[in-house]
Amino acid sequence: MNNNDFIRRFEDIHIGDRPAVGGKGASLGELLNAGVRVPPGFVVRTSAFRAAFRQSGIGPEIVRTIEALHGMGLEEIAAATREIRARIVHEPLPAPVNDAVVAAYEQLARQDAEFFPVAVRSSATSEDSEEASFAGLQETLLWVLGEAGVLHAVRECWASLYSAESVSYRLRLALPEPEVAMAVVIQRMVNARSAGVMFTRSPATGDRSVIAIEGSWGIGSAIVSGEVTPDKFIVSKVTGEVSGRTIAQKAIEHAPDPKHGGIVTRAVPAEQQRQPCITDEELRELVRLGKNIERHYGHPQDIEWAIDRAGAFPDNIYLLQSRPETVWAKKDRERQPTAVPKAHAYDHVFSLMGGRK
Amino acid sequence: MSAKKHAFPLPSEIETLPGTEGWETMYPYFTRFRPEDDKQFWFYNSMHFPEPMPAFDVITAEVPYTGMGAFTTRVFAFPTALGVDHRIVNGRVYITAYAVTDPAEIGRRAEIFQKRAGYYFENWEKLYGEWQVRVEQLIRDMDAIEVPTLPEFEDEKVVTNATGIAQNHYVREAFHRCIENYSKMWHHHFEFLMLGYGAYVVFFEFCKKAFPEITDQTVARMVAGIDVTMFRPDDELKKLAKLAVQLGIGDKFVPEADPQQILAAVRAAGGAGEEWLLALEQSRNPWFNLSTGDGFYHHHRSWNEDLSVPFSALPRYIRQVQNGESLERPTERLKVERQRIIDEYRALLATDEDRAAFDQMLGLSHRVFPFVENHKFYCEHWHTTRFFLKVREFGALLANKGVLEEAGDIFHLHYSEAEQALVDVMLAWAAGSQPVGGPRWKPMVAERKRILEKLKEWQAPPALGPIPESVEDPALKMLWGITSETLDAWSRPPEEDGENILRGYAASPGVVEGVARVLLDVNDIGQMREGEILVCPVTAPSWAPVFGKIKAAVSDIGGTMSHAAIVAREYGMPAVVGTGHATKRIKTGQRLHVDGDRGVVTIL
Repeated sequence: MNNNDFIRRFEDIHIGDRPAVGGKGASLGELLNAGVRVPPGFVVRTSAFRAAFRQSGIGPEIVRTIEALHGMGLEEIAAATREIRARIVHEPLPAPVNDAVVAAYEQLARQDAEFFPVAVRSSATSEDSEEASFAGLQETLLWVLGEAGVLHAVRECWASLYSAESVSYRLRLALPEPEVAMAVVIQRMVNARSAGVMFTRSPATGDRSVIAIEGSWGIGSAIVSGEVTPDKFIVSKVTGEVSGRTIAQKAIEHAPDPKHGGIVTRAVPAEQQRQPCITDEELRELVRLGKNIERHYGHPQDIEWAIDRAGAFPDNIYLLQSRPETVWAKKDRERQPTAVPKAHAYDHVFSLMGGRK
Repeated sequence: MSAKKHAFPLPSEIETLPGTEGWETMYPYFTRFRPEDDKQFWFYNSMHFPEPMPAFDVITAEVPYTGMGAFTTRVFAFPTALGVDHRIVNGRVYITAYAVTDPAEIGRRAEIFQKRAGYYFENWEKLYGEWQVRVEQLIRDMDAIEVPTLPEFEDEKVVTNATGIAQNHYVREAFHRCIENYSKMWHHHFEFLMLGYGAYVVFFEFCKKAFPEITDQTVARMVAGIDVTMFRPDDELKKLAKLAVQLGIGDKFVPEADPQQILAAVRAAGGAGEEWLLALEQSRNPWFNLSTGDGFYHHHRSWNEDLSVPFSALPRYIRQVQNGESLERPTERLKVERQRIIDEYRALLATDEDRAAFDQMLGLSHRVFPFVENHKFYCEHWHTTRFFLKVREFGALLANKGVLEEAGDIFHLHYSEAEQALVDVMLAWAAGSQPVGGPRWKPMVAERKRILEKLKEWQAPPALGPIPESVEDPALKMLWGITSETLDAWSRPPEEDGENILRGYAASPGVVEGVARVLLDVNDIGQMREGEILVCPVTAPSWAPVFGKIKAAVSDIGGTMSHAAIVAREYGMPAVVGTGHATKRIKTGQRLHVDGDRGVVTIL
């Protein structure tokens, strides 16, 4: 696949490309270039979003509509945005954008376009940044099949920029509406046997010496949506020791709907429900990857991972996303040292044993 | 503690095990539970006293607690911690710890503590060097004590040197010196120990605050020494195994053979045999002065007294040498690994101030730890096994004079009773008559042996009395693994967790499955088969050879710095310690799943 005005391959993306490819796209390119196994894909750049709205002429109109919503109630916002989204979803793409997306998808899918499943995700320019995280407010479409499906999914992602929540958020923060743009990530979708998330510090205590991994059967959306209680593992980054291992009963999983595309929820066979969703070997590999990514970025990360049903260990382990951990990073800035040096090393004994802190 | 729905029995609720009536006569009055003791929380010190106490052996509780409390309460004046009281019921030793809670009192003690503990910390290396000299001198003094044999006529030298004192006097004097020497050793034991623990606990608490999810065993790994005296006896065995192979006499070491037969075969092997025997003699002194227990029971003889323990390991070591396997502990690799762990945690600390404090605390721990790790060999092993050997000589005198059946029977008399029996002998020797004690002591000893045997059947509760609001004593936690959580787990009826699950401290990482071998007594370690999982009340350094054979270790009692934990980490095998009930719930031959990462043992 080739890069052009509207498309950029993951291979040619770095973290600095966020304005052109959005946060998610930039992070995936950065990961791939750091040597991490990421499912192949490309980004429909923000330039495509702008081109689409320039040609159709609805761009300026949308901006005007939204700017007029300042100070309005939730109901007005909901009604106005509903209309905007409907227009975006039904508006045909301008030919150059349409052709570029189709060509890139065909190249990604090679011969098997009809059945080549992709995940289509919005990748907003402001999303996932440490300062203004509104992760999760935007669209992700899973197991999208065929050209028409992909083109539709792109429009759905763009439309999600105009969800009532996103617009309210922008209005509240007074983000300049004409500058708003969205890129869309299109990526081969892993048919996950197991998937989950990984924090390179403890989400519970902020401890930077451990990696916390949560996982369940099937595609990771079941965990993100909270439909299943995942298995939990706590592993020391330093010694590799597994200090926490909670195997949950995982009664359901998300799996692709092979006929219609998209995701279905299905029951996990009884004998599998209480089995750990990853082997010790896979756990160790995930920890290794988590440590590498944290080292690459220089600060703790919040990572999504998946293990493909096809392929053999370790080539079947993919990372789908990595973003900076934000909750504890904020607390770190206000944190006092655990202890400060004293005149004599043994003075520490006096403070502890002396009955005063 | 959240809910106190499960409780331990009160001391007053404990009934004498039928068939052991009169057990109280074995122990001093001050070890008996009183009604007031029901208010206090007591826990069974099965770490040091996993078996019913023979009458003489209560000295191994009385004397250490005399020393420990003296140094915390009176000498260093630890601000919040006093000493412990002990009680004996159905032959088992229960202890309770006293704390200072009044802030004014704590403040007053803190001032004294800072001055006195500061002196020891300031001069640690110098004082520890002197300590070692003093304790070795005590051992030499113990060995030098002469137990009179009371022959028909006194030695002529008493006349020609005009010493003016006959040897029956020295029976009592020597016995007193023996007890006093033992008491001094225990004072020296606690002279440094609590301060050493204090330094470790400070580092431990810091790590737990800076890294809330760090495991106890990881903190222990950063502090633990690599070249520890405790490993030396086992290293000597490995050295002897290598030498046997070099000298071409490896085939003389037949598995399961009697040590005397092996020695005879080696002796018959000419010059090579002589050379090996010479090396054995060098290793034995002092390294075979290793108790087969933890130094708290007279029947835990030393390797020197019973060569069958070290000799049961030799054939396997020799086979390994012949197969070209390395027996060396990978000390260099262990050192590099320890440094890597330290460096990585240090780098993860949030600020430079944290790093400076970390360096100070870890540095102090490394300074004090050689004592913490090495004192055991000098005190509980070398000194204590020589002490029991000396007491046995007094037993031999009593047996010779017809007061006891055999020398070892002295251990069924309290030391104050033994002194009475000795006085009986001293008087009779002087009078030219016969001691009158035979008919008194001989049946008593026989009855006490029977009672002790029967008392082994008693399932001692892990604790007695009301559970305190919180158990935060650092020493309790580190040594015995006793915290609010473990007490809660111990007091919980088994059905709540499922019959098949036991929880304890994750002492050494890894997960394995295998067949259990439950050993209640260290003298049974010969039963252990290759690849089994050791299940024991508590392990002691002399069990080291067994660790080369087993897959995992599970114990009733122990924290992360307990012996089983340290050795298991060293051998890289999973260990779960402080399970409370493992030896009661697990039967030899059952298949176990041991999860040393989480501290869970599952009976499959």
